[in-house]
Amino acid sequence: MKHRVVITGMGVCAPNGIGLKAFSDAIFSGKSGIKFHQKLADLNFGCQIAGQPEIPEGMLENYFTALQLRDLQSSGIEYGMIAGVDAWTDAGLAPTDKDTVDYDSGIVFGVSLLGAEKFRSAIYLTDEGKVRRLGSTSVVQTMASGISAYLGGYLGCGNQVTTNSSACTTGLESVLMGYERVRNGDAVRMLVGSCNDSGPYIWGGFDAMRVLTKKYNEDPEAGSRPMQEDANGFVPGAGAGALVLETLESAQQRGTKIYAEVLGGAVNSGGQRNGGTMTAPNSEAVQHCIKTAVKNAGVSAMEIDTINGHLTSTGMCPTEIANWTEALELKGEDFPYINSLKSMTGHCLAAAGSIETVATILELEEGRIFGNINSAHIHPEVLERVAQGKVLTQTIDMPVKVAAKASFGFGDVNCCMIFKKFE
Amino acid sequence: MNNEHYEALKNIIKIYLPEDVSVDDIKPTSHLTQELNVNSANLVDIVLDVEDHFDITIEDDEIEKMETVQSAIEVIEAKVQS
Repeated sequence: MKHRVVITGMGVCAPNGIGLKAFSDAIFSGKSGIKFHQKLADLNFGCQIAGQPEIPEGMLENYFTALQLRDLQSSGIEYGMIAGVDAWTDAGLAPTDKDTVDYDSGIVFGVSLLGAEKFRSAIYLTDEGKVRRLGSTSVVQTMASGISAYLGGYLGCGNQVTTNSSACTTGLESVLMGYERVRNGDAVRMLVGSCNDSGPYIWGGFDAMRVLTKKYNEDPEAGSRPMQEDANGFVPGAGAGALVLETLESAQQRGTKIYAEVLGGAVNSGGQRNGGTMTAPNSEAVQHCIKTAVKNAGVSAMEIDTINGHLTSTGMCPTEIANWTEALELKGEDFPYINSLKSMTGHCLAAAGSIETVATILELEEGRIFGNINSAHIHPEVLERVAQGKVLTQTIDMPVKVAAKASFGFGDVNCCMIFKKFE
Repeated sequence: MNNEHYEALKNIIKIYLPEDVSVDDIKPTSHLTQELNVNSANLVDIVLDVEDHFDITIEDDEIEKMETVQSAIEVIEAKVQS
C-alpha cells in the first residue's frame, strides 16, 4: 500500500532569515540576505559578496551541548541543526528520552561537503606531524553524514539516518528520497533537508571558475539577478532548510498541522551528453525530469500555479525558462508564475533546494507568491517565452494550490517536486 | 595525591560528563567510562587537555592506564615530578 505523504513541520536557517517567521517576513517583503564580506576581499576574491545566515549570540546553546560547542568548526552542522531541530519542533515532535529509540522516524539530510574549517585545522595539525592533537571530533564534523548523525542523536531517530549528495540538487533530492521512504511504508516520518557550509574554502572554487558575479561588490543586495539581462554570475550562499514528511494517517492521528501534500517528483541525470557536461545541463534531461515529475504527481501542467525555479543568476536562466515552457507545454500568459529565491539569498548550493522548498510551502500556506527582487531588466529571451507579468517583481496575494520546485546540479543532475495545498 | 592536581583534573573531566552526572559525583576511585559515563571517544580529548594543562606528554601505553581518576593522577604526577 502506498501512503499519502504530507509536510507537517519546517525549519530554516537562511541568509535572509532564521526561523519560519523571520524567513516568511523576509521572502514576502523582498529582504536580501546578501552582504559584502571583508574576508573575501582580503583573500582577493573576485566576488566579495555572499549570503550567509547570521546566527545571534547564544542561539547555538539551544541546539548543542556545551561539549559539542567547544570546538565546533562546522558551519553546515550549525545551520543544519537549527533548521532540522526547528522542523521537528514545528511538527509537534520532541526528542525521545535517553532510553528510547524511535524506529518509525528517519533522516535524509544532504550536504555538499561538511566542516571545511574543521578539515582545514586538521590538515594543518596533520602536516605538522601532530595527528594525535586532532581530538575526537575531526571525523564527525567533517564526514558528509555528520549532520544527519548530529540530528539523529539529538532526536533519537531509529529509522534510516543518512546523507545524500548531488551538488546543488541535494536539498530537493532529499525531499524526494524521504517522500519515497514514507510513501512506501518504510518509515512513518522522515526529516529531510540539507545544509551547506559558508566561507572562503567553500566559495573559492566557484570564484576560480568565474561563475560568480564580480560586478556588485559595491552594491551587494543588487548582485543576485535571476532571469535578468544584466545577470553575470551567481552570488554564493549557505544555510539549511528542513521539512518533516509524514504519512497522512500519522499526521491526522497526531492531530498536527498539515502544511501541504507532496504529490510526487522525479530525479534524473543528463548523462553529460547532448549538451550536458560536468557543469551544464542537458536540456532534454531537464525537460524529461520536469515532465516525469508532473506525471508522477498526477496533475496536469495547467494546474501548476507557481514555479520556484533553480534560476541562479547566470547566463543559464533563459535556457531554464525555455526548458520549463517546453516541458510543461505552456507559454506566454498560460505559463505559471515563476520566481527565484536566489535573488534574496544567493545560491545556497547544497542547501538551496531545501531552503527554496520551505519558501515554496510557505507560499501554499500563506496564499502569497513572493516577488523576485532585482527584476527590472528581465532578459528578452525570457520574455520571448513567458508573459512579463509571470516573472513576479513583487509579492502578490493569490491562493496557491499546486506548486513546482526544481533544482539542478553539477554532474548534470536534476530533480523536480510537485506540492499541493492539503485538502 | 596532590589536591591541586586532583582539582585540576576534576575541572578537565567535568566538561565531558553526560548531563545526568554531576561534578560532585567525581571521586578518586571513579572509573571514567564505567561510572562517570564519559564517552570513550572523549578520553583522547581528556588526555589532550591534561597534556596542555600540566605541560606534559602522555604516551599511548600510559593512556590505557588512566581508567580511574586515581590512576590518571598517578600517571600525571609521575610526569609532573620527573
